Formats: sequence, structure tokens, C-alpha cells
Amino acid sequence: MTLNFKDQVVFITGSTSGIGWATAQLFAQSGATVLLNGAHNQKSLDSRVEELKKKFNIQSKGYLFDVSNLNAVKNTYNEIFANYKRLDVLVNNAGILSGGLLGMLQEDNVEEMLNVNLKGAIYNVQYASRLMGRSKSGSIINISSIIGTQGIAGQTAYASSKAGLLGLTSAAAKELAPNNIRVNTVAPGMINTEMARNGMTDDSLQKRIKEIGMQRIGEPQEVAQLICFLASSAASYITGQTIGIDGSWNI
Amino acid sequence: MGNEITLKNIFIESLSIASDEVIDSLEYNTIPKWDSLGHMAIVAKIEQSFNIMLDTDDIIDMSSFGKAKEILNKYDIKF
Repeated sequence: MTLNFKDQVVFITGSTSGIGWATAQLFAQSGATVLLNGAHNQKSLDSRVEELKKKFNIQSKGYLFDVSNLNAVKNTYNEIFANYKRLDVLVNNAGILSGGLLGMLQEDNVEEMLNVNLKGAIYNVQYASRLMGRSKSGSIINISSIIGTQGIAGQTAYASSKAGLLGLTSAAAKELAPNNIRVNTVAPGMINTEMARNGMTDDSLQKRIKEIGMQRIGEPQEVAQLICFLASSAASYITGQTIGIDGSWNI
Repeated sequence: MGNEITLKNIFIESLSIASDEVIDSLEYNTIPKWDSLGHMAIVAKIEQSFNIMLDTDDIIDMSSFGKAKEILNKYDIKF
């Protein structure tokens, strides 16, 4: 399958590392104008933008903002509209993860995770769909997690925030289908990213790998390929779906 | 085409209503076709025709044809 996103504008939240960065590179390789987002580090964001421009000879721009800040989201989409007049693909990838058993959940952590992982995604879908509605086409991909579809002990807040994305996808897919805007969810398993490996010892990683049918963790590029497929015309009749990518991991 | 006519045509097309029904006092939810779906269709056409992006608050406040003109004034679209 050849992916071609030439003349298309793609916005990926949380795209300076991990799955978001792998996805940005794959879209860039396929000719898209790639808009990046990070929440904290302007320097790292700028450096990623430059890297894409140099390596793939495409247009790119970075937007530093917290996805859970509605005003910042609004301003970003106003800027995207002013600069590009269109948006073809949104990848809602920004997310944070912090574990905690139910008895030890703290209000701040729960709120922050729901704000970034779920509210941020809703706001982005709200504004992205308005830009996509102008051209009566578009694709939105929400990045959930196997923890959102199956749950895991010690990550109730994270699981809830990621499960919320499934509802967002189902409802938005129905509402936006008449405008030919597709909305899907990708639910990765254990992927080789800093966020997933954070706090894991080699032993705990090996133990987890043994639980995975394919006996290995996935690579961000493998998730990026699924995301690009869903964004492409090859997936033109797929909407409202949640697709797992987990090497057969039953948690 | 003047802005008033453009806006009027947007309402006529989006709501499939007659020209003489589009008056300043025409209000949201007072005719079956101006429901939430009709409202978003109006918004989409306004944004496209006038090349603007409306704030969510303005979308919600756009409760009548007259109010739509008032709101568009904020975006430098004069009537």
C-alpha cells in the first residue's frame, strides 16, 4: 500500500516523542504538511519541526499548548485556519499516564489525566471537525490504549480516560458521518515508548513481554502505520471503530 | 452580492425555507428546520462564505437572524 498525503494538512497532538513522533515522520514521508504539538518544551518542538522539514522537504509548524486548555485549542485552530485554510487529519495522541491503586488515587492526578487524555481530545475533535466540515472530508484518529479497552489493576484513572475515547469515537463518528468525516480509535498494547517503559525494571518488562502472544513489545512505527492507514483513502469506509494493535496481549 | 443577501441565502439554503421567512426576528427552534443540526449547517455555511471561524460562544448565541448579523459585525462583516 502506498500512502500519499500530498497537499493534506495533518495535525498530531503530543507529537514530539513516542507514537506521535513516529506518526509525524510517516505522514511527512508521505508528503503531508505536518503540524506538531507539545505541551511543555518549545525548544524540543522547534527541533522536531526543523527535523521534519529537512528530512522530508515538507511544510511543518509546531504549536506549544496544553490540549486541555480550551482557549489554547481554540487559538490553535484559528491559526491553522488562518495559515492553511484546511485540515484533513487529526491524530489525538496527547496523553499522560500515572498509575495508582484505587485507595491511593489523588484528586489532582485523576483530574489531570481526564483533562489531558479525554477533555483535550473532545476539544480537538470539536474544532478539527469544524475545519474538516468545510471540505466535507476528514479523518480523526483517537489514540486510546489496551488499558482503556480491557482495564488493568492499578490504572483506574488512566483506563477511564482512555475508555472515554471509545465513547467519543462512537458518538462523533455518528454525528460527523454525514459530512464524510471519519472517526476511529487505535488501542495500542505495550509499545516501546518512554511513557510505557517509565518506571519499569528490566525484570518487569520481561515479565510483561511473556504475557504478549507475539513475545515482544510493539514499535511506535507499527502503530504509526495503522494510524496512517486509517487516515488514508484506503480506509474510506471505516468509521466508529476501535482497532487494537497489541501483538495479542490479554491483560 | 451584499452581506445581507449572502447571509439570507445561507439561511434559505441551510433551512430550506422561503425568502420571506428570513426576517430579523426569525429565531432558533421556532421552526422545525432550525434545530441543532440546521444550526450547525448555518454555521458551516457562514464560516465558509465569509471565510471566518466563529467562537463557540458566538455559535451558541446566534439565536436569531438578527443576532447572526450582530455577531458577524464582530468579525468585521458589516450589514
